[in-house]
Amino acid sequence: MKFVDEFREPHLITKAAEEIRRLADPKRHYRIMEVCGGHTHAIYRFGLKDILPENIELIHGPGCPVCVLPMGRIDDGLAIADDSTVIFAAFGDMMRVPGTHGSPLEHKARGKDVRIVYSPTDAIKLAHSNPDKHVVFFAIGFETTAPSTALTLIRAKALGLKNFSVFCNHVTIIPAIRAILDSPDMRLDGFIGPGHCSTVIGCRPYEWIAQDEHKPIVVCGFEPLDLLQSIVMLLRQLRDGEAKVENQYKRVVPWEGNRAALKAMAQVFKLRPYFEWRGLGFISQSALQIREEFAEWDSEQRFTVPGVRVTDPKAAQCGEVLKGVLRPSQCKLFGNECTPEHPVGALMVSSEGSCAAYFNYQHRKTLVPLTMSISA
Amino acid sequence: MSASQAPANVAIRFRDKQIEMAHGAGGKASRRLIEGLIAPILCASASGPLTDAAYVNVGGGRIAVTADGFVVNPLRFPGGSIGELAVNGTVNDLAVSGAHAEVLLVTLVLEAGLETSVLEAEIRAMAQAAERAGVVIVGGDTKVVEHGKADKMYISTTGIGRSLPGVRVDASSIRAGDKILLSGPIGDHGITILLARGELELEADLRSDTRSVLPLVESMVAACGPGIRWMRDPTRGGVATSLNEVARDCGLGVVLQEDLIPLRDEVRGACELLGLDPLHIANEGQFIAIVSAESADQALAALRGCEGGEGAVVVGEISGQPAGTVLVSTEYGGSRVIDMLVGDPLPRIC
Repeated sequence: MKFVDEFREPHLITKAAEEIRRLADPKRHYRIMEVCGGHTHAIYRFGLKDILPENIELIHGPGCPVCVLPMGRIDDGLAIADDSTVIFAAFGDMMRVPGTHGSPLEHKARGKDVRIVYSPTDAIKLAHSNPDKHVVFFAIGFETTAPSTALTLIRAKALGLKNFSVFCNHVTIIPAIRAILDSPDMRLDGFIGPGHCSTVIGCRPYEWIAQDEHKPIVVCGFEPLDLLQSIVMLLRQLRDGEAKVENQYKRVVPWEGNRAALKAMAQVFKLRPYFEWRGLGFISQSALQIREEFAEWDSEQRFTVPGVRVTDPKAAQCGEVLKGVLRPSQCKLFGNECTPEHPVGALMVSSEGSCAAYFNYQHRKTLVPLTMSISA
Repeated sequence: MSASQAPANVAIRFRDKQIEMAHGAGGKASRRLIEGLIAPILCASASGPLTDAAYVNVGGGRIAVTADGFVVNPLRFPGGSIGELAVNGTVNDLAVSGAHAEVLLVTLVLEAGLETSVLEAEIRAMAQAAERAGVVIVGGDTKVVEHGKADKMYISTTGIGRSLPGVRVDASSIRAGDKILLSGPIGDHGITILLARGELELEADLRSDTRSVLPLVESMVAACGPGIRWMRDPTRGGVATSLNEVARDCGLGVVLQEDLIPLRDEVRGACELLGLDPLHIANEGQFIAIVSAESADQALAALRGCEGGEGAVVVGEISGQPAGTVLVSTEYGGSRVIDMLVGDPLPRIC
């Protein structure tokens, strides 16, 4: 498969791993945060921890949109879904995320009209084919998915669609990174920068991380070789005492971002004064709100949402895990009360959630046979 | 899967408050429902792991019995249809249990309003599949429910087979060092169905792999019957779920070599795009065999010598440790644990 196989080439991966071992100073312990949940997933899926030296610790960041959404917002969305005239459309990721009274999937099993869509434009199609229903699209995600929601709203307005609205939960990545860096219990050497999100915002918004915080950041792709190459680039900067923004994912990410996508976002969204994040609390100007010009298509304007703040179950330590203070397995509920089948927190649900990745792919290092001969 | 043999050693309580789609997806939730609620009440006296068919003694003879239900949407898809699936699926459950399907019973649950031409096409598909598989349909039942109370048509089957001489499928006979064989490329059926539903604007030249695997099983049994330890057709839940089940049942580990797992580019591409693992995707015409290390070459040669078995490969082996776990190792020395499917495979957003 083109653009995939090249980045999974075993001998190149082995070479990159050797370079990492050569660059990593054995007297140092490196703490590198991968911001994006897609990277967390890839690291586990490709078993990359096995080929990294022990003194390189990868810390999972807050870049999993499903994980950072507080339970209150899920409850708000599901309160809208309770309306018998509503078709509630959400991405597959959201379906198992627990609200106070169950997940969207459980609501569906109880007879609520909850549908999985693969793109917000599918939700528009649903609105067309169900003229007597109102379709609510549960929009989540960072700048990666926000442009497609923006374009969908522009289209809904152009079509004069009366039975469609968006429950907007889009958040922005930069304030989340700032919150992590402001956290006093966090000590990091550098960042593996988000790849998908940067295709939209570009690399410039990260410059303060290098200039003001003196941390290197490398915007990175999602294949094993991308991740290893980014670690090589970070280690070189750290060796040379540098702090720069570098773009490893040039084949996809333009330095200046995607102007058309940014323009669509600016047309449709404005920043909310503040928004609650799971684990990180309220962060000012960290989320997107639908502008007045599109109020007719804003579910929050059309429906009464309870807007109640719901705290996570007490014993769950999703916040600490999201901030990278705890490893997933250090949470008291991990693997006991909280499993992918019976998730207590969202981090155990999304395949980008660090708990789910850790649980699904966790490596039992001491027990693993390292070589295997295939004779037949 | 036959629930007539419930495990005595595991006490799982079914605590879920309501039935959800995940309970039918063939993964963890399905297993919990069967082991935690159905089997303890209906089959309390039976013991041993869950298998694809039950063996019973009737009048001094040993016969294999299995039952299966089919609720696929859409009814027709590239490479097959619900009728064909019903016959092949039942024949395959018996085949991987080491039995040759002899007779089938077929129950149809029809939704009022179903067009006769659609029904007739499926009945003909069943007849043709039965003829190809060498099995006789001897009876069944028909029920009709109100419009809107079922999705066009459901099929339930019962299959009876005679055991193939010289083979005994038994997870407890598996030993460390045994080889794991796959009869061909995986994921074709599940991805075909996903695409045929038309919800994804993806197109791929892909067909369901539905077929009877009996000829392949028979030729392997003829070549090295006693060397065959265990077989299964990895339908819902995919190869990963079947292998997790066997790892648990035999108390050993499974190590797969990722680069050896046969996969069509179309399936790989769709899985990459949707964030699905091909090891969790359903198959309807492939099977996994665990054979002793000494028999592996022979088994492979027998499979490859059969029509439709050319793509058979060894994909891994049984290891002593880590017990009860399936591990996938990569060419470059990384590895990951792969669990049973949890719930339905849901695509990721990004």
